[in-house]
Parts: sequence; C-alpha cells; structure tokens
Amino acid sequence: MLAGMDSFQATIEADGRIEPRDAMPEGYRKTLIRQIAQHAHSEIIGMQPEGNWISRAPSLRRKAILMAKVQDEAGHGLYLYAAAETLGVDRADLLDLLHSGKQKYSSIFNYPTLTWADIGAIGWLVDGAAIVNQVPLCRCSYGPYARAMVRVCKEESFHQRQGFEILHTLCNGTEAQKAMAQDALNRWWWPSLMMFGPPDASSTHSEQSMAWGIKRHSNDELRQRFVDMTVPQADVLGIRVPDEGLTCDEETGHYSFTEPDFTELYEVVKGNGPCNQQRLAHRVKAHEDGAWVREAAAAYAEKQAAKAQGSAA
Amino acid sequence: MIEPLWEVFIRSRRGLSHVHVGSLHAPDATMALRNARDVYTRRQEGVSIWVVPATDITASSPDEKDEFFDPAGDKVYRHPTFYQVPEGVDHL
Ligand SMILES: [Fe+2]
Ligand SMILES: [Fe+2]
Repeated sequence: MLAGMDSFQATIEADGRIEPRDAMPEGYRKTLIRQIAQHAHSEIIGMQPEGNWISRAPSLRRKAILMAKVQDEAGHGLYLYAAAETLGVDRADLLDLLHSGKQKYSSIFNYPTLTWADIGAIGWLVDGAAIVNQVPLCRCSYGPYARAMVRVCKEESFHQRQGFEILHTLCNGTEAQKAMAQDALNRWWWPSLMMFGPPDASSTHSEQSMAWGIKRHSNDELRQRFVDMTVPQADVLGIRVPDEGLTCDEETGHYSFTEPDFTELYEVVKGNGPCNQQRLAHRVKAHEDGAWVREAAAAYAEKQAAKAQGSAA
Repeated sequence: MIEPLWEVFIRSRRGLSHVHVGSLHAPDATMALRNARDVYTRRQEGVSIWVVPATDITASSPDEKDEFFDPAGDKVYRHPTFYQVPEGVDHL
C-alpha cells in the first residue's frame, strides 16, 4: 500500500489524477495555485477589452453575441477560482493579490481595442491561442483544474468562431472595412504569439510542470501549433499575417515564422504595457463599487437566517 | 466577510442523477441557486440544481482509502463473472 508522497508519485507516473485532499508536494500545490489563479485573473481581466465594445457593437445580433461571450469569460474566471480554492486558498485573498499586483494575468489583455475589428481579432486570435493552450490542460494531473478546463474548452469554440465571423464579414465588405481587419491582425499577431510564453530555452517553470503532468507541451510546440492552424485561416480571410519571414515547409506542412520580440513581453509583464494601469484600476474600482451589493446580500441572508431560527424556536 | 462556499450538483436531464459540477460562493441558499444557474447552466446543461453548504459534506479520508475500501477487495464472488455457466444455458 502506498501512502502520502509515494502514492502521489505513483499516481503521476500512472498518468492518474490528483484530487483535492490527496497528499501532494508543497511545490506542486504552490505551482497550481499560482497558475490557476493567474488563469482565473486573466479570464476576468479579459472581459475589459471586449466589454469596452458592447455598447458600440454594430448590430443587435453582434451585441447579444458579445455580451454572451463576455459573460462566459466571467464564468471561466469563476470555475477557475473554485478550482484554486480546492487547494486551500480563498478567492477573496486571490483577488487581493491581483489587486495589489502581486499576482499577474495574461499580458495580452494589456493591449487596447481600438476598432470593432479588434473584437474580431481577439475572438479569432486570442481565444484561438487560449484554446491551443487550454486543450492539453484538460488532461492536467490535477483533477479540479482539468475538469474546469473541459468546461471552458467547450465554450471557447463559439468565442473563436464569432471572432472569425466578424473578420470574415469585414473582409467581404468595403475596402475600408477590409483595411480595418488587416490593421487589427497587424496589431494582434505578435502579442498573440507571445501568449504561449517565453521560448523553451528561457522558460523557467516548464520542466518541473511537465514532470508533474501540469503542462503537457512546451511553449514553442504550442506556438507552432497555433501558427500552423491560423495562417491558412488568414488566407481564407484574404488578409496577411504581418511576418515577412513566414514560409511553409511543403514537406512537413509546418510554417516557419519569425519569433516575436520577447523584450516587449517582459516589459508588459513588468507593468509597462499600453493598458496595465487602466485594467487594474478598473478592476479595483469594480470590486469596490460592488461592495455594497455583497454587504446587502450578506445582511439579508443574516436576517433571513435569524427569522428562520426565531420561527423554529 | 467571506461568503460561504456551496457545492453544486446538476441533473443534466430527466432520468439521470445529479452530478457534482463545481462550487461557488453565495450568502445564502437562494442566491447560491441563482448563481449556480448563471455559472453552470448557461447552455441548458441542467434541469435541476442542488446546492449544498461545503461544510455540511462528510467525506471519507484519502489517507485511509486503502483500509476503508479493503473489505470489498477480496469478494470477487459479488460479480457475475465469478461464476461458471455450463454450455447451453441461456438467459442466466
Ligand atoms: Fe475564457
Ligand atoms: Fe474565451
């Protein structure tokens, strides 16, 4: 019979799943808390660049779709905070860490959404990249995280399709509309490639996460997968990926492409992206403005509980 | 103030039992049900929801799982495959 850490190791080696109350190394727990919290923060901060366009969506259909998408992202955040809590942390504390800047969210959400085409580009590229990252996480060794990812992935494909549809419509519209789509692709291409993290050679946490079955593929593998999947879609749209070095290897079917400038990623992570301060300030304000709702709900629950006790006595 | 944690169970359609889908925070049971509807059934994933205060669940301990489940380990005769059925016997 295996107990404690031996049982953990045996489960990992057999590609089994670790569940909340199982014994696990402290590093495994910490890595998961950090990763799941950062993932949850990304989902809720990610509502901002798109939420910004709900009131200006070009039709009622687009508005309803965008609202449903942004609401899904809130849901994704909640699934993930719930998964993180199974590791013994409180959601309230995680939010404090986000608000004080001690925990990060994905850098992609620190870029502005300047035109309606950006909403298309986000769905197509950003949700597209998120799918490539998240599908392997459905097999993550930590059960609650993997299950949350299954739920998230089911919902993501609508996000990606609605984005592609927006761009497809623009690309079949006027010259100006097509130019708008091209401009969005130009601006979102490189930040999307950076969503997979630094190149394998300089990725700090990867090796241990692979050994623990948290991560299944390297950053560069996933980036390659994304490029291979996306370039032919750009061809269908009739817009150009802004990479002069892009070529397709006929034999392997893989594209070779120019690495993004990772110094930009490190700068954005450090807080120097175009919208870092705005995103965080907005999040903190939303949290503080909502305090009275939480307090009112708690007061009401207390009053009802007291009433129930009174009638039972 | 930390809102209590509720575990959420959903019956996806009639004829199936409720299955655990995750958890959420809410100040009371009514709000927990409403939040569960918004968080876990945005695409008609359910026809019925249970919410249970997480603190009211008593669980078996993972440390004792071997001893705890041992008694069933050597009772293979509880499975129909344990028995030999003579040739030619049907519907058994
Ligand atoms: Fe999401
Ligand atoms: Fe999404």
